[in-house]
Amino acid sequence: MSTSAKGGVLVYAEHENGVIHPVSFELLGKGREIADRLGVELWSVLLGHRVKRQAEELVYYGADRVFLYDHPTLEVFDVVRYKHVLVKLVRETEPLVFLVGATPLGRSLAPRVAAALNTGLTADCIDLQVDKDGELIQIRPAFTGNILAHIKTRSRPIMATVRYRVMKAPKRDTSRRGVVVEKRPGEALETGLRFLGKVSARRVNLADADVIVAGGRGLKRKEDLKLLEELASLLGGVLGVSRPLVDEGWISKDYQVGFSGNTVKPRLYVACGISGSPQHLAGMRGSDVIVAINIDPSAPIFRVADYGVVGDLYEVVPKLIEALKRIKGGSVDG
Amino acid sequence: MLIKQVPDIEKVRFDVETGRVDRSSAPAETNPFDLNALETAVRLKEKLGGRVTVISMGPPQAESSLRDALARGADRAILLTDKRFAGADTLATSYTLATAIRKLGSFDLIVCGEKTVDGDTGQVGPEVAEHLGIPHVAYVCEVREVSEDRILVVSDMGDKYLFEVTLPALITVTKDINTPRIPTLRDVLKARRAKVEVWDADSLAGYGETCRFGLQGSMTLVTRITIPSEEGRRGIIFRGEDAVERLIEALRKEGFIP
Ligand SMILES: Cc1cc2nc3c(=O)[nH]c(=O)nc-3n(C[C@H](O)[C@H](O)[C@H](O)COP(=O)(O)OP(=O)(O)OC[C@H]3O[C@@H](n4cnc5c(N)ncnc54)[C@H](O)[C@@H]3O)c2cc1C
Ligand SMILES: Cc1cc2nc3c(=O)[nH]c(=O)nc-3n(C[C@H](O)[C@H](O)[C@H](O)COP(=O)(O)OP(=O)(O)OC[C@H]3O[C@@H](n4cnc5c(N)ncnc54)[C@H](O)[C@@H]3O)c2cc1C
Repeated sequence: MSTSAKGGVLVYAEHENGVIHPVSFELLGKGREIADRLGVELWSVLLGHRVKRQAEELVYYGADRVFLYDHPTLEVFDVVRYKHVLVKLVRETEPLVFLVGATPLGRSLAPRVAAALNTGLTADCIDLQVDKDGELIQIRPAFTGNILAHIKTRSRPIMATVRYRVMKAPKRDTSRRGVVVEKRPGEALETGLRFLGKVSARRVNLADADVIVAGGRGLKRKEDLKLLEELASLLGGVLGVSRPLVDEGWISKDYQVGFSGNTVKPRLYVACGISGSPQHLAGMRGSDVIVAINIDPSAPIFRVADYGVVGDLYEVVPKLIEALKRIKGGSVDG
Repeated sequence: MLIKQVPDIEKVRFDVETGRVDRSSAPAETNPFDLNALETAVRLKEKLGGRVTVISMGPPQAESSLRDALARGADRAILLTDKRFAGADTLATSYTLATAIRKLGSFDLIVCGEKTVDGDTGQVGPEVAEHLGIPHVAYVCEVREVSEDRILVVSDMGDKYLFEVTLPALITVTKDINTPRIPTLRDVLKARRAKVEVWDADSLAGYGETCRFGLQGSMTLVTRITIPSEEGRRGIIFRGEDAVERLIEALRKEGFIP
């Protein structure tokens, strides 16, 4: 492998305090596929301070070449400074494709990079396919999740942000070898941004949850959220809610699922007393298995459900809890 | 302050055959997130003085959203409308908006919505900031302090972070930052008579390259539209006495219950 190269597929490695965000590994998985189809190298770029060790990790997940910018001026994320570095790297190496996780950080950073490079950027993709002409088709939900748009880009690099948990991360392979290219970020210019620290941490990370039991306006009182919490914990999951319960002040926004809240993709999503508005569906449609409990058989949520129970959640949920407790108890006894 | 007019997404229909969005099928409204952005700007004005200018790029009908913004406290409204702006992706949209802002002259703060309910990319704000060479903070859920040359904001990126930003700057705001006011009848009537300035591509010619507007300046192309399919969903509905038992059985088969 030569020390300089052009025209690869580049993946942005996002991390917080040196912990790589799993979406970056997922993108390396997809990036590998695309790079192989196009017959080019898979690259990754990592910015931070004291993150050298993580560069190797990116190789284990499939990168042929990692551009490492390890420098004190990059210790905290500064969108303008990071943009400078990435723009310079892209101009030097001319990647064909540049993928960034569609996390809040990625969705703030990628557009600045794209605008500086005068290139196209597709937002929040849920699929990337190379068609028979070797063109990259980027598929993304739009109109609050009501449609899927297929998008092509006529400039290079083709840039896209990609949603968390829609691609499969490859297996970590410590026998893989790649090149880590240590780069210097250049002079740290004043950007006008000063990071003053974390104000508060989220109470729950719904994006990572495997099981979510969510409640909506079918709940009569705030206290009844406990019922759903109990069901959630019996299923090994966490509580979620529709927006109106947040607006009522019943619970923190951290628990909100939907267009103006969290996008989630658990293995199991149980919607209790949720009608299934487009804004709610936009946040949970990608769940592996969807269960709906609703008193109204015509509620739209049933149209996306794998399993549904038509009934009063105040009867159905306690029965479910009872049954699950019996099963748990049984498995302990037996 | 930047606003976009969007179709009512509960009503809008899509033609899957032609892959078109049938915008005539639904009434137009102001992007909900932009009402929060406008409220943010108007509150800052009420506290600190200054003027709020709203800019929207869109078809002539977008004028109604600008009038609504005037009723809600904006002082000046500019509609960017021209066939040559049409078909723009976020790159061309942001370039055109940035060019218009350059023509306006000096400003302290640009406020955008977090994203729109139609295009839904959330890219226009950061891209405008880049074209203008100013810093930005996305997902702002609280403005803590403002002084003449800086602003202190909280950004909701899952966890919440505090940033100090030197002005001029751009922020994009979430729906949680405030509750937009309802305009009074008097304000609505006054806004009806107010002037909405209209700028076309030629009027921006001295401030940017017109070849970067509209379709010509766009690098992404929507080639096809599909409706998300629920085909893979089982759609098994249980009713009556044994519904819960049957659900338990199904969850066991799926491996969620031992
Ligand atoms: C810009 C914008 C962004 C938005 N973002 C979000 C978002 O992120 N997330 C979100 O959720 N919403 C969002 N909304 C709001 C959204 O439009 C809906 O209003 C909301 O999702 C409805 O919540 P719900 O399903 O809990 O309530 P409802 O629509 O009122 O539904 C309640 C359901 O409970 C059922 N029910 C009632 N009693 C019982 C009972 N005893 N047992 C069983 N079922 C019962 C009813 O049949 C009904 O289907 C947004 C709206 C806008 C305009
Ligand atoms: C189905 C579909 C998918 C698309 N996907 C992409 C894509 O992936 N990438 C891409 O580059 N383009 C895409 N576009 C084009 C994009 O929707 C348009 O460029 C649109 O004009 C601006 O993008 P947005 O609606 O996503 O705005 P956002 O970036 O979501 O808007 C954020 C904020 O910017 C301001 N703003 C946005 N538009 C305007 C305006 N016209 N006038 C004034 N202020 C405004 C508002 O404050 C708004 O709240 C897509 C279009 C369609 C129909």
